[in-house]
Amino acid sequence: MPRRQVPPVSIPVLDAVRALIGEPPRRDLLIEYLHRLQDTHGCLTADHLAALAGAMKLSRAEVYEVATFYHHFDVVRAGETPPPPLTVRVCDSITCAMAGANELIAAISQSLGDGVRVQRVPCVGRCAAAPVAVVGQNPIEEADVHAVRWAIDAGATEAPLPEAAHRMADYRAAGGYRLYGDCVAGRRSAEDIIAALEQAKLRGLGGAGFPAGRKWRVVRDMPAPRLMAVNIDEGEPGTFKDRHYLEREPHRFLEGMLVAAWAVDIDRIYIYLRDEYAGLRALLAEELDALRAAFPQAPELELRRGAGAYVCGEESAMIESIEGKRGQPRLRPPYVAEVGLFGRPTLEHNMETLYWVREIVERGADWFAAQGRHGRKGLRAFSVSGRVVKPGVHLAPAGITLRELVNEFCEGMLPGHELYGYLPGGASGGILPARLADVPLDFDAPKEAPLGGTLQEHGCFIGSAAIIVLSQHDSARAVALNAMQFFAHESCGKCTPCRVGTAKAAELMAGEAWDTSLLQELAQTMQDASICGLGQAAPNPLLSVMRYFETEISPQRHRDTEESEK
Amino acid sequence: MVFVMTDTVRFTLDGREIEANADESILQAAQRHGVDIPHLCYKDGLRADGNCRACVVEIGGERALAPSCCRAPKEGMQVQAHSARAVAAQKMVLELLQSDMPAEAAHVDSELDDWASRMGIGAPRFPRRAQPAEDASHPAIAVNLAACIQCTRCLRACREVQVNDVIGYARRGAHAEIVFDFGDPMGTSSCVGCGECVAACPTGALISLSLEGEGQGEGARASHPLSPTLSPAHGGEGVKSVDSLCPYCGVGCQVTYRVRDNTIVGVDGRDGPANHGRLCVKGRYGYDYARHPQRLTQPLIRKPGVRKSVDNTLADFREASWEEALDFAADGLKRILQRDGKAALAGFGSAKGSNEEAYLFQKLVRTGFGSNNVDHCTRLCHASSVAALLEGIGSGAVSNPVADVQYADVIVVIGANPTVNHPVAATFMKNAVEGGATLIVMDPRETELSRHARHSLQFKADSDVALLNAIAHVIVAEGLVNARFIDERTEGYEAFRENVLAATPEAMAPVCGIDAETIRVVARTYAKAKAAMIFWGMGVSQHTHGTDNARCLIALALMTGQIGRPGTGLHPLRGQNNVQGASDAGLIPMMLPDYGRVADDVVRSRFEKLWGAALDPKPGLTVVEILDAAHRGEIRGMYILGENPAMSDPDLAHARAGLASLEHLVVQDIFLTETAALADVVLPASSFAEKTGSFTNTDRTVQIGRAAIAPPGAARQDLWILQELARRLGLDWNYAGPQDVFEEMRGAMSSIAGISWERLMREDAVTYPCKDAMDPGQPVIFTERFPTASGRGRFVPAQFRPADELPDADYPFVLITGRVLEHWHTGAMTRRSMVLDALEPEAHVDMHPQDLAALNCAAGDFVVMETRRGKVSAKARADAGLARGTLFMPFCYVEAAANLLTNPALDPFGKIPEFKYCAARVSQLL
Repeated sequence: MPRRQVPPVSIPVLDAVRALIGEPPRRDLLIEYLHRLQDTHGCLTADHLAALAGAMKLSRAEVYEVATFYHHFDVVRAGETPPPPLTVRVCDSITCAMAGANELIAAISQSLGDGVRVQRVPCVGRCAAAPVAVVGQNPIEEADVHAVRWAIDAGATEAPLPEAAHRMADYRAAGGYRLYGDCVAGRRSAEDIIAALEQAKLRGLGGAGFPAGRKWRVVRDMPAPRLMAVNIDEGEPGTFKDRHYLEREPHRFLEGMLVAAWAVDIDRIYIYLRDEYAGLRALLAEELDALRAAFPQAPELELRRGAGAYVCGEESAMIESIEGKRGQPRLRPPYVAEVGLFGRPTLEHNMETLYWVREIVERGADWFAAQGRHGRKGLRAFSVSGRVVKPGVHLAPAGITLRELVNEFCEGMLPGHELYGYLPGGASGGILPARLADVPLDFDAPKEAPLGGTLQEHGCFIGSAAIIVLSQHDSARAVALNAMQFFAHESCGKCTPCRVGTAKAAELMAGEAWDTSLLQELAQTMQDASICGLGQAAPNPLLSVMRYFETEISPQRHRDTEESEK
Repeated sequence: MVFVMTDTVRFTLDGREIEANADESILQAAQRHGVDIPHLCYKDGLRADGNCRACVVEIGGERALAPSCCRAPKEGMQVQAHSARAVAAQKMVLELLQSDMPAEAAHVDSELDDWASRMGIGAPRFPRRAQPAEDASHPAIAVNLAACIQCTRCLRACREVQVNDVIGYARRGAHAEIVFDFGDPMGTSSCVGCGECVAACPTGALISLSLEGEGQGEGARASHPLSPTLSPAHGGEGVKSVDSLCPYCGVGCQVTYRVRDNTIVGVDGRDGPANHGRLCVKGRYGYDYARHPQRLTQPLIRKPGVRKSVDNTLADFREASWEEALDFAADGLKRILQRDGKAALAGFGSAKGSNEEAYLFQKLVRTGFGSNNVDHCTRLCHASSVAALLEGIGSGAVSNPVADVQYADVIVVIGANPTVNHPVAATFMKNAVEGGATLIVMDPRETELSRHARHSLQFKADSDVALLNAIAHVIVAEGLVNARFIDERTEGYEAFRENVLAATPEAMAPVCGIDAETIRVVARTYAKAKAAMIFWGMGVSQHTHGTDNARCLIALALMTGQIGRPGTGLHPLRGQNNVQGASDAGLIPMMLPDYGRVADDVVRSRFEKLWGAALDPKPGLTVVEILDAAHRGEIRGMYILGENPAMSDPDLAHARAGLASLEHLVVQDIFLTETAALADVVLPASSFAEKTGSFTNTDRTVQIGRAAIAPPGAARQDLWILQELARRLGLDWNYAGPQDVFEEMRGAMSSIAGISWERLMREDAVTYPCKDAMDPGQPVIFTERFPTASGRGRFVPAQFRPADELPDADYPFVLITGRVLEHWHTGAMTRRSMVLDALEPEAHVDMHPQDLAALNCAAGDFVVMETRRGKVSAKARADAGLARGTLFMPFCYVEAAANLLTNPALDPFGKIPEFKYCAARVSQLL
C-alpha cells in the first residue's frame, strides 16, 4: 500500500454505523455515537471509528482523539485484542482505598477468569458504602469477592432504577411544578425569583460557590439565544450528594431548572450526567419524557452522558464535552456566561444549586438564610464518608464544624477510631488535622462574620462538601498520594503545570523521602499557572501533608510505616 | 476635527506604561516593546492556545497567573512579567518540560533549550518520563515524540492552517500524545506530507530529513528511504538562504531555499501573497530532482542509425560540445525551413519556464521559423476555459485571486481537486469554510475537499452542461437573476434564457444524476449569496465540450452578478507554475503577447515594428494538431523546450509515432525525458532553482524566482540556449539576461507595463493589470466593465452533448485521468525526487470497491486497462469516492502511461483533448 492510502472503510460497516447514529449526523453527538458503538460492540474498533469519521465527515484524528480521551471507551486498534465482554470497575479512590479497595482488587483479579476485566477506576460516587465495585453497570456497594461473583454469575450487570424516586405524578400531587406554573403564567416575576435567591445567598454548589442570583442576572443580560448546561458530572472523590437527591427527588431539581430557564430566557437545556450513574440516567430519561409531555412549551431538553472523565465536571470542559470534543477546559476570559456552549451565552449550574430553588422561593429566602451556623447562611448537603458510624448525605447548616457534623449527624466516630484528620472538600480541598476540627465548613467566610476562622486560611476549601474522615489508622500521606495519583490520572493533559506537574508530583510523592522544597515549588506553579481548578487544586492535599502531617513524611516515620505494613 | 485613535490601550508592564494595539495580546505588545517573555506554544500565525504556560504573568487583582499569549491588555491593567512569582512559574514550566527531553537531545534549534538557557534553568530536578519510540516511517519527516512538549503547534498547523486534519491530540494527562489518524505511524497515515507541522514544531520532535551532498542515486532510492546520510534540514554552518518560488503548480508559493555546497538542503515557506508561509509536499520536499544523477550535463546527439523510440537511452546518444550541438540543432531546422517552408516547423515551449523564456521561445518561432506553430501544454489544460473566457468576458485570466475566498460566503469548486493539485490554495478554501463560508463541490469523484462541503454533488461524468443548465434554469425560474447586472453589464441574455428554459431540474436530474431538489438548493445558495466564487479545473476543461462547460459557468456568474467584486468571480485554477505567464507571453498559436490575435492587422503590425520582422497572419496549429501534422509528414522539424508530449498527449502511441517520424527534433530539457529520447539532439538545460526569472501564478501575480544553485556539468541557462539557437537561425539577439527580456515584454504588454524588473526584485510579487509604477496592481478585475469590444459580458448558450466516446458493451467503463498529490505532470521531476517517489512509487488505477470485487480483485492486485487505443496494467486501488463504472488513473507513470489509453478527440473551440472521458475495459491481470 502506498503511504497515503489508509485502508478504505468497508461499505457494510459504513452502512451499519450510519444506521446506528441516524441521519443527519450531529457533530456535537460524537460522544453519544461512541457510546452507542461501545455499547453495541463492547469496544471501539478502528473499522468502526473510521466508518464513524466517514459518516460524520470528520477526520480520523478528530474521532480518535475524542474516543481515547474518555476512559469508558475501549479503543481497539488494528491488531489489538478487544477487551473481555465484561468489565468490573473497582473504585480505588480515597474512601474506598481506606475501606480495602486494593485488597478487593487483588482478590477479585485472582478469582475471576479471563472473561472478565478488572479495572481500577476513580470514585464512582458511593463512598458511604465503600468499597464499591461496578459489575458492568451495576454498582455493588460494600463489595466483596462473593458479591461481585454473585452479580457476575447472576448476569446482574445492569444498573437498577432508583426505586425510591418520586416520579412525575407523585411530585405534582405533592404540589410540584406549581411554582413553575406560576412563573409561566406570569404570577411570578423573574425579578422576584432572582431577588429571593440573592437574599437567600444561594451559591453555586458544584464547588466554586458563585452567587446563583448574580449568575442568572449576568446571563439574562447577554444576547439571545442563551443556553443552559446542568452539571451532574459529580466526580470529586468523596462526593455523592447529587446522586443522593436525584435518586429521591429528581423533579425538585427539574423544576428548579425550568424556573431558571424561564427566568433567564433559555432556548435549550443540556443536562450532563456522569456515565457512572447509569441507573439515574434511565430514571432521568423517563422523567424528562414525562416533563416534555407535561410542559410542551418548556425549552428543549437534552440528556448527555459523560464517558469517564473527572475533568468534565469543570464547567468549560463540560461544555467542550457537550459539543462532542475532548473535555479540555477553555481559557477564560471569555467566561461561560458570555461565550459558552456553541459560542452562546450559557447558564451553567450544578444540579444541587437548582434543587434548592423551589424550596427557597416557597419557604422564603429568610428561612434559607437563617439556617447557617457560626455566622454562615443556608444549608449544605455534606457527603460524609470514612471513619464515622453513619456516613451518607447529611443536610446540615452551612458553617457547621467537622466536630459538630460528626457528633450531631454521623453518630460519632466508628468504634476503635479516633479523629486524626479530615478532608473538607474531597480530594481537592486539602487535608486538616484533628486539631482543626472546629473550623466552620463553608465557602470563604463572609467578611462581616469571621467566626472561627476559615478553611481558606488553613489552605483548604469546602468545594462540593465531600467530607472524608480519617482516623489514627489512616495515613494523610497515603491519602495525599492517592489524591495526586487521581489528579494525574484525570488531568486532561492540556497545560504543562497540571499534565507534567501531577505526574512528577505523584512520582516524587511515591518515593521514600519527599523533596519538600522541590514539591513546594512545584505546587506553587501548579496553583498559579494551571488553566483550571483541577491543576490549581491538585497540590492541596500535598501541601496539607507538608503543613500538618510533617511527621508522616520524615524518612524515619516512612520506614516505620513500611515496617509495620510488613 | 481631530480624530483620536481609540483602538489602542495603555497598560503597565513591569512598572512601565506601554501601549498595545486593540487586537494584540499582552505577549505581542511586550514583544513589540522589546520585553521578552518566554513562550513555547505560541507562534505567530497560529491561534494562541495558552497551554504551555511558559508565558504566564501576574495581573493586578487576579488570583492566578494568566497566559500573556491569550490575554488582551485592558486599559490601566497592571501586568508583571518579571515578578518573582511570574518568573518562578515560567521557570518551573520550562524545567518540567526540560526534564522530559531525551538525554541524547536530537533537538535542533529547540526553542525550549533556548528559553531554558536564557532563563538559567540548570539540570532538571524531576525524573524523566517513559519515552515513546521513534517513528521513522515517513521518508521526509522524522517523528521523535520523546522531544514532544505537547504544545499542539503541529496540531494547529495541521488542522487550523492546512486543515488536513491528520494530527490529533489523543489520550489524556501524562499519556496525552500527538497522533496521526488513529495513532498510526506518520508514514502509513493519511498525512499529506506538507511539513507545516515540522515548520511549527519548537523542539525538533518533528524534523525534516534532508539529503546531504549529491550521492542519492538509484541504489539509495531502492533501500530504506532514511538510509542515506541524513541530517536535520534546519540551518547550520555554511548554509545560505535564497528567496525564490516553488517550481510546481500555479498557486505560486514563495519559498526560501536553504543551500549548502551548491545543493538545496531544505525549503521554507515564505510569506508570499499566495501562500503566507504554507507549502505542500511537493514544494517542501520535492527539490532534490535538481541533483538527481540522471540530470543531463552534456549536449547529446543521436548516434547514427539508432531507431527512434521512447525507450532510447543515453547509450543511443553521443556527447557533443555546445558548439557542435547548437550548430547541429540549428542546421537541421534551417534545412527543413529552406526545403519545406515555414509550415514544416513547429515549437513547443513550456509552462514551467519563466515568462522571459516563454516570450523568447514564441518570438523565436514567429520570427525565426516564420510561422505561428507554437504552443504549449496550456492546450492540454485550460484551452477550452480560455476560449470561453475570451469569448464571454474578453480575458482568459482569473477575475479574482484564490485569497478572495476569505470574502466569499459561497464557494463553488467544480471539476477540480485542489487538495491534490493546488494544495496550498485548497488550504485557504478550507480556512474559509471553517470561517463560515458554504462550500459546494461538484465532481464525478468524491474528493477530500467534499468532506468540507455543505453540498457535494457527485454528478455523472460528462454531464456538466446538463447540471449547470439546470442550475441556471432554477435561477431564471425562481427569479434569482440579478436583472440590473444583466441589463447594465451583459449582452445575449435572452437567447441564453430561452436555451435553459427546457433544462428543468426534473429533466436534467436523470442526465446528471443529481436530484432536482439538490439542484434547486444549490442554485439558490449560489444566486442568493452576497458573494459567490467559482473555481474549476480540468474536470471542466478537458472535454470535447470543455468550452461549453466553461460557458455555463461564466453565464452563472453573469446572470447573478457574481463577478467584479471581492469574493466573487471566476477562477480557472491554472495548472503549471507559469501557465498564466506563458500564455500571456504569447506562447499560443493564435495570439501574440497580451492576447492580441495574430490575424488582427493592427496587433500584428505593432509587433512587426517592435520585433523588426514580418509576422505570419495565419494562426498556427495547436499541440495535438501539430503532432497529427507530424504524423502526416507535414511538420518535419520541431524544437521542444521543457515539454514532454510523449507522456502528456492523448493517444500516446500516435503522438510518439508523430514525434519519432520527425526528420529533426531538438529537445531542450534537464532529463532524458520520453520526448528527449525521441530527439535528434538534446540540449541540457537548467532546472527551476538554477535560474532567475519571472513567473505568473494563477492569481495573475508576477513573482520573481531567483537562482539558488548552479546547473550541473555543462548544462546551461535556457535563455542562453534559446539565444544561441536564435542567432544560428539568423536572429540578431543580444539579451544580457532575463531583465533585458522582461523590459522588452513590458514595452510590448500593457498588462504589465507598471512592473519594472527592479520593482519585481524589490517587491517580489506584483499583480497585473498594473499600468504604471504607482499602480499597486489589481487583484480583482471586471469591476466596471469587461475588456470586450462592447465592454459587456456575453452569454453564450450551451446544449448538453455527450462525450466523443461513450461506454458500450466492449468498453463498459469510463476512464478519467488526472494527477496525484506527489507527482507533477508527467513525473519528469517528481519521480526523480526521492521523497515524492517514495511516497507514491507506483502506477495505479482507482476504482470503486464493488467494481474491484466484481473483478475478483483486491486492492493491490494488478489489473489491465484497455481502450481502443492501448493497454496498460497497474495496481488497483479501492476508492469509494468514485462512481461505479468509472476508473481513475494518474498520467505520471511511464511504466503504465495513462495517455496510451486516452482519446485525442478535441473540443472544437479550445482544441483540448478529452482526457477526462473515454470508454475502457478492465480485467484481472492473469
